Amino acid sequence: MTDEPPGPAWFHGVDSGDEDAACNAIDGGQADEPADWPTHAVEAGFAADEDEYYDRLHGATVSTTRAAVRDRERAGDQQLKYGVRAMDDAERTANELAERVAEWAGALFDDAPAGVDGARAVVNRSPETPAERQAVSLAERVAALDDEAVALRSYIERAAPAVAPNLSRMAGPVLAARLIALAGGLEDLCKKPSGTVQVLGAEDALFAHLSGRAPSPKHGVIYTHDYVRNTRPEDRGSAARALAGKLAIAARIDHYAGDLRPDLHEELDDRIATIRARADG
Amino acid sequence: MSLPDGVERQGFDGHERLATRGEPVYGEPTDGPWRLWDAGRSKVGAMLQLGVDTGLAGGDAVLYLGAASGTTASHIADFCGPTYAVEFAPRPARDLVGVAAKRQNLFPLLKDARRPDAYAHVVESGLDAIVQDVATRGQARVAARNRQFLRPDGRLIAAIKARSEDVTAAPENVFAAVLDDLRDAYEVLETARLDRHHDDHLAVIARPRPDTID
Repeated sequence: MTDEPPGPAWFHGVDSGDEDAACNAIDGGQADEPADWPTHAVEAGFAADEDEYYDRLHGATVSTTRAAVRDRERAGDQQLKYGVRAMDDAERTANELAERVAEWAGALFDDAPAGVDGARAVVNRSPETPAERQAVSLAERVAALDDEAVALRSYIERAAPAVAPNLSRMAGPVLAARLIALAGGLEDLCKKPSGTVQVLGAEDALFAHLSGRAPSPKHGVIYTHDYVRNTRPEDRGSAARALAGKLAIAARIDHYAGDLRPDLHEELDDRIATIRARADG
Repeated sequence: MSLPDGVERQGFDGHERLATRGEPVYGEPTDGPWRLWDAGRSKVGAMLQLGVDTGLAGGDAVLYLGAASGTTASHIADFCGPTYAVEFAPRPARDLVGVAAKRQNLFPLLKDARRPDAYAHVVESGLDAIVQDVATRGQARVAARNRQFLRPDGRLIAAIKARSEDVTAAPENVFAAVLDDLRDAYEVLETARLDRHHDDHLAVIARPRPDTID
């Protein structure tokens, strides 16, 4: 074992007492292939013998993983909350400004289509007057805001499955993030009864109902889920109730256990199939 | 088949049950220095209980993929040598760190078993065994990618979850497909259904295929 190691080992360039450097190396480092690291470490003078090497490795992996877990756990659901709220803000503002652009550009140019796509068309115009310059500049902001919303959405799609694997699998990453944001966090969501999960996002309708002015809402944001939206109206309440029940369980599994449970998803699929079968009966 | 050194059958509540020596982890019953290794909570425990020849002798150097909260990993570390435990989900990894803190030979890593390059700078080569229990699609691919850590006659000890590959297909068909993929990199020595203890799981013992080692 005298040949050169294939890639930098975690202890490469790390002083034996420097815990931060060891953490960074373990957390962020990589190698194309493994090697007989204990032998290399002793040869390189990182440790006097194998026992000492393993002691150092133990100390370093335990503290690195503890810190990495803390970071990931602390961050995850809160970042999703900010992400989905920012995405909604960006989309809403882009649409609002696009209306203004359409109104303004309609007065200046011959055809100025409505909406964000309309604003994108205005961006390509070459302005000649100061007013046109301002209208085109405003259209550029709309396009940039819309790009930001798209980027935020893809961030959520990447981040949500790591934070809440079951919830994301069941609801899709964006709806999962939205439920987490409405509840205030994954822990808050998992402490809510399924009846609350069912009407999250329908607070106005719920309070109207509670003050006796309206029937109870059948669903909140979970309406966007295929299982609710594409079930016939008379069975939608049942579908929403079944979905909310499983979502509440998924959130609890994600918070307290964190592993993917295929059975849960299968149970929901079966239940929805039963509810939809009523339409054929 | 004989049990690895450090694993013994001990009497608990009048039954002969597997046990290892170490600090209790999850409130399991103990008898002096021995603590119960519950086959219903551990797939490797179930394999030993069912008489599967895992190839583990005691004192082995092990890479554990999908260590979860460290229940099984703690028993492995009780009777094996250096034990590298890889887990991807932060929540169970938190418990794994707690288990590892009390075991000098258990090294926890918050890494994705599908990307061995992210831990090849830490995990040594020439290991005696890989224990694989990952809930992901492509379990054969995970095994193939991690083969580089094994010595030529090392053992892959895998618990294949049918439902991770395809929840709708019949487990038999899923197992056949996974074994087929696995044979590209491994020679399968033994398989056993674990249904008595774990539904829809197949134990697979394999070693690197000699003709494909570079």
